[in-house]
Amino acid sequence: MSKRTIIPFGPQHPVLPEPVHVKLVVEDEIVKEAVPALGYVHRGLEMLASVRDYHQMINVCERVCGICSMIHATCYCQTIEKMMGVEVTSRAEYLRVIWSELHRMHSHLLWLGLFADAFGFESLFMQFWKVRERVMDINEATAGNRVIVSVNVVGGVRADLSGEQLRWILDELVIMEKELKEMEKTILNDYTVKSRTVGKGVMTHDQALELGAAGPTLRGSGVEQDMRMLGYGAYKHLDFAPVVHPDGDCFARSWVRFQEVYQSIRLVRQAIADLPEGDLAVKVKGNPEGEEVTRVEQPRGECLYYIKGNGTKNLDRLRIRTPTFANIPPLLAMLPECELADVPVIILSIDPCISCTER
Amino acid sequence: MIDATPVTSETVISEVMRMKNEGYRFVTMSSAPVKDGFMDILYHFDKDMELRNFRLPIREGEAIPSISGVYFCAMLAENELQDLAGLKFDGLVLDYNRTLLHDSEVTCVPLVNKCKVAERK
Repeated sequence: MSKRTIIPFGPQHPVLPEPVHVKLVVEDEIVKEAVPALGYVHRGLEMLASVRDYHQMINVCERVCGICSMIHATCYCQTIEKMMGVEVTSRAEYLRVIWSELHRMHSHLLWLGLFADAFGFESLFMQFWKVRERVMDINEATAGNRVIVSVNVVGGVRADLSGEQLRWILDELVIMEKELKEMEKTILNDYTVKSRTVGKGVMTHDQALELGAAGPTLRGSGVEQDMRMLGYGAYKHLDFAPVVHPDGDCFARSWVRFQEVYQSIRLVRQAIADLPEGDLAVKVKGNPEGEEVTRVEQPRGECLYYIKGNGTKNLDRLRIRTPTFANIPPLLAMLPECELADVPVIILSIDPCISCTER
Repeated sequence: MIDATPVTSETVISEVMRMKNEGYRFVTMSSAPVKDGFMDILYHFDKDMELRNFRLPIREGEAIPSISGVYFCAMLAENELQDLAGLKFDGLVLDYNRTLLHDSEVTCVPLVNKCKVAERK
């Protein structure tokens, strides 16, 4: 009988941009069990809602996760707006979509690069990050920051896009699309890539639902669910269908993310084409009271905000459920019976964001 | 107020089991203070993009039946609420005993004890 050994994976590991620890119980080279340990970057951000003004909490929510910052702030603002009965202007809704989809693009491109690096394809990693730089340049030129763009306010947005900027963004999208097309056959058809991803970390459609998976991890198992289908903000006016792959393995999840970059390009083009004239924000008076739940689609999946207000500037409760938090139980189901060498690729395939998970 | 079906400690497991049998996906759980000594536990489920909520009112210190035996994925949310809101779940399939996010020597509970946050100077 083979001897069982416990191998610690993380919190510091070459494939992990953020600290998470997984105890891997292995028998020979096969993983039999995986137990996660969190708590390395817990900051207690939800608790701040009881001591910070609800407007200040926008900045806090943006820092739940840098790479999803725009969408965190949008979700928070939408929840407060629903509680206070604030109707956001159409232009603000479209601008939120443009910056949100740019965030999705640079998040997915960052992940595609890291994923390529995880299976040892360094030149592909650099190519993806080269394309990503164009999105970062757009963020910096339009909002003043590369990552945390800080454009949301309760009632709308605080920054606008000029006609010249919109034309420049469209030009950049053409270049990015062309560069992605060149990389498509490598990431989706290369023998080496497929040998490291196809059939690895398989999760079926039913398992994905039962384990509460979210985002590309859920859609990579054939579940047609994307919170943008709810039609929040300007999404209700845009032509959109979720990207789904039925296989449930690491390749399927990377395929979904790669196709979603194209989808985001299409959504930004649509939003720019239909961008209405109008004010950026409406004035908001008073304080939020009551409770509300809102869900949005982040690059990593469904994000839920529950907020309870008491009529003062502070909130009674802010609860944030981020997509990686939902994708950890599915990960624990993917790892058993995989080879030890595949663990980094499988863990990375859920696009783990520990900053989000621990808040 | 959000639309939430009221449940009790006695009925929560069977109601959650019914949701699972109907094909609902567990989204998460939230806790919210109601008034001194009372809290609400909210359970969120999704099916075909429709969100369904359950509300379980509890007294502070009262043990709550864990639903992690029904939905394994709920164990992470329940462990987190133990850490942050000082709740206690009975029957957790994987109980970190308030060390999921905190070190074992941490004795205060952020959302209950109101840990002091340093004012910016």
